Amino acid sequence: MRLNKTSLGFALGLAASAALVTTASAQETMNTTRLHPKDVSFSFEGPFGTYDRGALQRGFQVYKEVCAACHGAQHLAFHNLAEPGGPEFTEAQARALAASVKVPAGPDDKGNITDENGQPLMRPATLADHFPSPFPNEEAARANNGGALPPDLSLIVKAREGGAEYVYSILTGFHMTPPKGFKVVDGKYYNPYFEGWNISMPPPLSNNSVTYSDGTKATIEQEAHDVTTFLAWASEPKMEERKRAGFGVLLFLIVLAGVFFAAYRKVWKDAH
Amino acid sequence: MSGPSTYNPQSGFEKWIDTRLPLPRLLHDTVHTFPTPRNLNIWYTFGGILAFCLGVQIVTGIVLAMHYVANANLAFDSVESIMRDVNYGWMIRYVHANGASMFFLAVYIHMFRGLYYGSYKAPRELIWIIGVLIYLLMMATAFFGYVLPWGQMSFWGATVITNLFSAIPVVGGHIATWLWGDFAVGDATLNRFFSLHYLLPFIIAGVVVLHIWALHVPGNNNPLGIDVKSPQDTVPFHPYYTVKDAFYLILFVILFAVFVFYAPNFFGNPDNYQQANPLVTPPDIVPEWYLLPFYAMLRSIPNKLMGVIVMGGAIVTLVFIPWLDTSRVRSCRFRPLMKQFFWAFLVACVILGYCGSQSVDATIVGIPLVWVARICSLYYYAFFWLILPIVGLIETPKKLPASIAQSVLGDAAATPAE
Repeated sequence: MRLNKTSLGFALGLAASAALVTTASAQETMNTTRLHPKDVSFSFEGPFGTYDRGALQRGFQVYKEVCAACHGAQHLAFHNLAEPGGPEFTEAQARALAASVKVPAGPDDKGNITDENGQPLMRPATLADHFPSPFPNEEAARANNGGALPPDLSLIVKAREGGAEYVYSILTGFHMTPPKGFKVVDGKYYNPYFEGWNISMPPPLSNNSVTYSDGTKATIEQEAHDVTTFLAWASEPKMEERKRAGFGVLLFLIVLAGVFFAAYRKVWKDAH
Repeated sequence: MSGPSTYNPQSGFEKWIDTRLPLPRLLHDTVHTFPTPRNLNIWYTFGGILAFCLGVQIVTGIVLAMHYVANANLAFDSVESIMRDVNYGWMIRYVHANGASMFFLAVYIHMFRGLYYGSYKAPRELIWIIGVLIYLLMMATAFFGYVLPWGQMSFWGATVITNLFSAIPVVGGHIATWLWGDFAVGDATLNRFFSLHYLLPFIIAGVVVLHIWALHVPGNNNPLGIDVKSPQDTVPFHPYYTVKDAFYLILFVILFAVFVFYAPNFFGNPDNYQQANPLVTPPDIVPEWYLLPFYAMLRSIPNKLMGVIVMGGAIVTLVFIPWLDTSRVRSCRFRPLMKQFFWAFLVACVILGYCGSQSVDATIVGIPLVWVARICSLYYYAFFWLILPIVGLIETPKKLPASIAQSVLGDAAATPAE
């Protein structure tokens, strides 16, 4: 197992150096390396962790009412919302959620793809449709966001070092006073959890950005925690299935190892 | 495969087959009665484990190829579709992705084991050299495979590695263009890499047959590094080593499963979950962990061409080991001096890997890592080209046991093996 230690060593080394960098940046104001993400606990951590259904449903609401204005989630389809291991809306709920969103329609019976005003024909989404992107293309997205491109969120938790904690830290990392000597670029916002500390995204969440139907108090932290849970699921929708399968696989393998160990001992009994 | 066959066809059908295509005889002699030293330890189970890894990669790879689309605009989405829409697609892909890491983990243990016990020494030079060829093919295959998901690290890794060829004077630029099939890494590159990624594993499988064939001529080396002298020194491969290999294989698969089901992205890089974008260069381009030591060598040399030569030379060097080692004793167990250099070599490789994983300007306790990498690269070369020849000449090895049987069973080793 020598080489396994090697790779673990790399990981430890990485973690150690990341910690060093973090302390350094707190001391030298002009080192704008991002802060280490906040240590938050999530229901989906650990070998038996699952997604909190309530958090997923609330998180979807935050995504839909806040994030979706600028960010797409193109790998998600509406039927995913009703699948096991996800927010587990009922099929009727998912259908209704889909229908509340318009997606580009195919050509009509006369072959037109635009209406009389030259606007693209739209239709209500169905379960089979993927989440629509808020902008028709990258150029439009940049033009609407001061030159910055809001990333697609369907893989954001897996695509960032620090994962869910990073996303949570960014969402709750606004509204702080920049250290003396640090200049916030015009049109950008101070967020020390973002590399370079200047982020193009305006603070997306505020208290009561959304009104939760289950009575949960919509603080910034609550909203961030919920939407991060939702985005973690969006990145890894099969996580619960994976952990459950893994438990069975490992149990089987351990029993099998026991059987083979007994056979091994018996076969070799007289040979050494 | 060699030596007198002990196969004795029983039924008429077996006799009929045996006189036409003696495949049952081959299998019987190879995996059943093959006389194997009775003292092989855990480190000798990795050959079988590697065959298993190759099989897993081929089977999962073929299934993935049924769903994957080799097109620069569609590849990334097709991989996500495998993860989300294909039944158990996430499992097949995670097995394949982690399988590459497990394959290299096993091959490194296998190679260090060969190095420690002198398994490359006469008459096993060709086994070792064929093994180096397999290792090279594995690296190429893994590199091509890493490009296929068409994430940021796929794209930029491919750009960095293919650009190495442009360091060759005069024709380098043309070679790079020829490799890309374009003037930069793009759709044409992705398509040929997919084609090669599908082809090479079957070539590896063919070369593995040669590896095992060459192994079955002199038979296994063993931890004592002494030759088999009598039948008492050996046991038949089956059931002794089939059961031992199977047991350790299961332990290995348990480790494999822990990664697949509980830390599937442990070996991965988050950047590869972002689609390739030729306009955005990631701050640090890092290859997969199993290539990091060579990457560290490359980066530690300021001159690009020299860096490429040093990196390539590190692998080519392996081919010459059988003749660089001047010792008459195979196993480091009886080489007190060489043993220390061996462990230092292992540590140097690990440190090189660490250096390769860090950014270019990183330091450790105030020492620039680039210098740490230089010293370790120097030791890597010195180990093979100076230490191996010289220590073999000046070292006084410990006394070798008279036979394997005597060492395992004690002096009263008169009872023949069952």
